[in-house]
Amino acid sequence: MLQPKLVFRLSRVARSARPFGLALVMLCAARYGIAQNTPLLSGGIGFFTNTNAGNTSYTPIIEPLLAAPIGQHFLIESRAAILESFFPRGGGRTGYDHSYFAGLTYLQGDYIASSHLTLVGGSFLIPFGTYNERLSPIWISNFQDGPLIANLGLLSTGRGTGGMMRGSAISNHKYSIDYAAYFSSRVGNEQFASERSFGGRTSLYLKDQRLEAGLSYNRSLQGTQENFYGMHVWWEPADTAFRLRSEYARGHHAQGYWIEADYRSQAFGGLNSFVGRFEPLIRLQQTFRRDTIVSDGLPPANTQRVDFGLDYNLPHNTRILTSYARQFSSTGNFNVWETGIVYRFLFPAWKGK
Amino acid sequence: MSLKHFLPGLVVLVAMPLLLQAATQEHPSTIKADAKHPTTAPLSPQQEEEGDRIFKQNCSRCHNAPEGFSSNISGTVVRHMRVRVSLSRHEEEELLRFLNP
Repeated sequence: MLQPKLVFRLSRVARSARPFGLALVMLCAARYGIAQNTPLLSGGIGFFTNTNAGNTSYTPIIEPLLAAPIGQHFLIESRAAILESFFPRGGGRTGYDHSYFAGLTYLQGDYIASSHLTLVGGSFLIPFGTYNERLSPIWISNFQDGPLIANLGLLSTGRGTGGMMRGSAISNHKYSIDYAAYFSSRVGNEQFASERSFGGRTSLYLKDQRLEAGLSYNRSLQGTQENFYGMHVWWEPADTAFRLRSEYARGHHAQGYWIEADYRSQAFGGLNSFVGRFEPLIRLQQTFRRDTIVSDGLPPANTQRVDFGLDYNLPHNTRILTSYARQFSSTGNFNVWETGIVYRFLFPAWKGK
Repeated sequence: MSLKHFLPGLVVLVAMPLLLQAATQEHPSTIKADAKHPTTAPLSPQQEEEGDRIFKQNCSRCHNAPEGFSSNISGTVVRHMRVRVSLSRHEEEELLRFLNP
């Protein structure tokens, strides 16, 4: 999910990037990774276009991800987003304006305490629903933009600053039960902005059926204290390239859901054949306002939207994303056309032993 | 809508046939790490199957398999996945073995 557009101020970014730089220095000072445990750089480079109600914007973006193990139990991981957005000036003026954004999406340290418990500290993605943690990277998401309810339960920034416990409570060949529980403090720093909140998520995964169902909850503890509830169901039948994902979220002022399905055919030479690389998609979503207070990022009126997509999975970790959406609400109906191309990279941060 | 709004789509459509032509040349879609640090014994069919099952059940649910990567980072990849999807120790071990045949 793209971050809010901000005007670039070099000094401010440099100041707020100090903790990240410090972490990098610490990593470099640590001994080189041993075989198989060398720090990695991954992420995506993309170029997106979005025509929303007749206005076209262009967004080149880089989302790098760093993962660096230290010893047998620690892992430092971080993701950032660097983008430039070009959009029409509007107001009857011709030409384009642009904005720049560079910021950390998260920076966290993980301590793997046991096979059932991992302690997370730092700035982390809020474990609410599935979209924020699993599908938001540009090299993973099927659609260029997130669901309409993506902000519900994410407390403005989508990240918390504090601590989290997570892991697999039970895991066997048939099923697993996962959990995540966090507490976040209020942080005003631009790079680590977060709200004071607590919450968590638990899910049951039936491995043979590839069926997952989970519940999420969190509570904002600052300003007007609110509860958020979420539910997700994923179904990805074994030996098919069909995936069905869905989420429901409810806040104090609004609620909504999305259902997304995608499919790749294996019938014409497998997934890596010309036909198998096509990936048709559909996403249905609805949002409902519970009152007139619009503080959660959802549309100001009840909204229905359907997205039709056709992605193409090129060799060498490259994807073409195209989609058309029609959005309906009492404030007006409009079309959204999106195209994009994303390259996913994955390599060692440096040469290991 | 004017022509300029269709321009991005037009560019993709024009580029698509060229890209598709490249796509039809078969590429091995291996998720295995480069065999720089092989395990001492080759994988048995059962281990191979178990690793493949764990990969499909946990990793490829969300994202496409990367087309090969350095064996130097296979342990880091698995540890990252362990935290993200709460892999059990058994799954972590089998996945690491699967990525380093």
